[in-house]
Amino acid sequence: MATTTQRGFAARRRVRFSRRDQLMGPFGMTVLYAVLIGGALVTAFPFYYMLVTSTHRSATILKIPPPLWFGNALVTNYNELLANLPFWNSLWNSLAIATIATTLTLFFCSLGGYGFAKFRFPGRDGLFAFLLATLMVPGAIGLIPSFIIMRNLGWIDTWNPLIIPGIANAFGIFWMRQYIAQAIPDDLMDAGRIDGAHEFRIYWNIVIPVIVPALAALAILTFIGSWNNFLFPLLILKDTAKYTLPVALSTLRSLRGTEIGVQILGAAGAILPILIVFIAASRQFMSGLTAGAVKGG
Amino acid sequence: MATQTIPVTRDKAADRRLMFREMKRNVWAYVFISPFYILYAVFGMFPLLYGLWLSFHEWDGISAMQWVGLRNYADLIVDDIWWYSIYNTIWLFFAATVPQIILALILAFIINSPYIKGKDFFRAAFFAPIVASAVAVGLVFTWLFGERYGMLNYFLGMLGIAPIDWLGDRNWLKPSMAIVTIWQWTGYTMIIFLAGLQSINTELYEAARVDGAQTRDIFFRITMPLMRPVILFQVVLSIIGAMQTFDIPVMLAGGTQSSAPGGTDRAGLVAMINLYWTAFKYTEFGYAAAMSFMLFILIITFSYLYNRWQGGNPTD
Repeated sequence: MATTTQRGFAARRRVRFSRRDQLMGPFGMTVLYAVLIGGALVTAFPFYYMLVTSTHRSATILKIPPPLWFGNALVTNYNELLANLPFWNSLWNSLAIATIATTLTLFFCSLGGYGFAKFRFPGRDGLFAFLLATLMVPGAIGLIPSFIIMRNLGWIDTWNPLIIPGIANAFGIFWMRQYIAQAIPDDLMDAGRIDGAHEFRIYWNIVIPVIVPALAALAILTFIGSWNNFLFPLLILKDTAKYTLPVALSTLRSLRGTEIGVQILGAAGAILPILIVFIAASRQFMSGLTAGAVKGG
Repeated sequence: MATQTIPVTRDKAADRRLMFREMKRNVWAYVFISPFYILYAVFGMFPLLYGLWLSFHEWDGISAMQWVGLRNYADLIVDDIWWYSIYNTIWLFFAATVPQIILALILAFIINSPYIKGKDFFRAAFFAPIVASAVAVGLVFTWLFGERYGMLNYFLGMLGIAPIDWLGDRNWLKPSMAIVTIWQWTGYTMIIFLAGLQSINTELYEAARVDGAQTRDIFFRITMPLMRPVILFQVVLSIIGAMQTFDIPVMLAGGTQSSAPGGTDRAGLVAMINLYWTAFKYTEFGYAAAMSFMLFILIITFSYLYNRWQGGNPTD
């Protein structure tokens, strides 16, 4: 929905402008594309380097010139990676934690966003202002006490600390509120109420289907955040079998004498799955992200 | 809706009755928003207060806590290493954030131009680094930055530049961290700016063109003033984020098991690395909690000063 309106808008704008002026000559356009393509190459190069290096042994990596094309040591590196790291186990932990956290976050944040967007209740503005203010409190301040609280709750080496505190987070609620406020006309819910539907039913059957674009963008943001989360899992997860990928990878950095290709392959194992998902969903995600931000602003 | 029909003069009891009625009518709204407040009370507010309490104690995390009053703060104020880590953090903030905002603005303007094709591709390409784990990125860049056989020095060598010891030289460690941060975050910032640019009504540009305005005038008189709140907000978020930066610095400065936190001469010792080692390696929880609050105060101060300096009442 958001995509079509946006694209229509852009198309209209293009016609309007191109008729009037030819400010950008062919030279100007070349410069602009050069900047974009150059920037994209610089952005992409570390990914390419990662893929190439993960197929080499240190002996060929530490050479002048360093390898710029794929080698044939991928299998060797892979076997060595598995010997040093419970890679698939960590990947599974990361995947499970991120999936559960994302699902619950979508539910609680859209519910909260709906509450703020479509109800006028006493104290709403004050409560919302408080919610926004918490966004400005840096998370690092609570790091040490949070760790101690989790320890006292007996949650060390469990998934709870990595899932529960964030499922109804201020950013997600704010995000959903902004979208719901403009995406859903009040008549829609009133119609449901006249039919005698329960408030939760209205949320579930009427609101949810309309806000899928905003949910999709929030899902990807939450998933990325959880998948890449490092500092708190580092404190909470002590047992190697419980490690998430970033925590497992951070131990590689400290193992002196680990093959470079093996380290890089481990990094690739953490980056590639989420990068592939991102590339596959990037069109929807990007329009959801910009649409949400625009409508929010 | 109902509030519109209230008469202007009313007594307090009626007021309260009305409020209760409104609360009762909207009871589901309170249920819907309650998870945030419950979770924030337990996992947000309580740790904050507990941390403040902790900062007045000396505690190794195991034995009994010992009340020391303000001594942790007094020690912190004369702790040279602490202030050096703050200096490093601020250095990194400027070195990473200023180029990042400028680059992101340039890229956002270009991509927003109606003449450019392949917008979807470029948006996705620039955004891609942010999906990558900072730990994994740190591992990859550690080898890209290698002194003798690193790819970066190889390319620089082709330009006739002598090899740089990116991660080993105390003068190059922070720039290296800044480079990785810029690489990872520019695309994200660009997307935020792009969203801001797209929300500007194109009829404003139209009108200006009709009045004979040049591209330069449009940029400085229309685009920039309208973008100001977006940029301002992004800078404040960057201050909050940069003061807590940990993942990239710790990976480039030797990892979490390193016996020399912050790398050569502590050149890469940012505040959070200092805090992490103090609490979880040296088990001085009270002192580290005091660091947290000092950091909090500094973040508030910097955000406030920035807002003042911009003369801003950022209304968005």
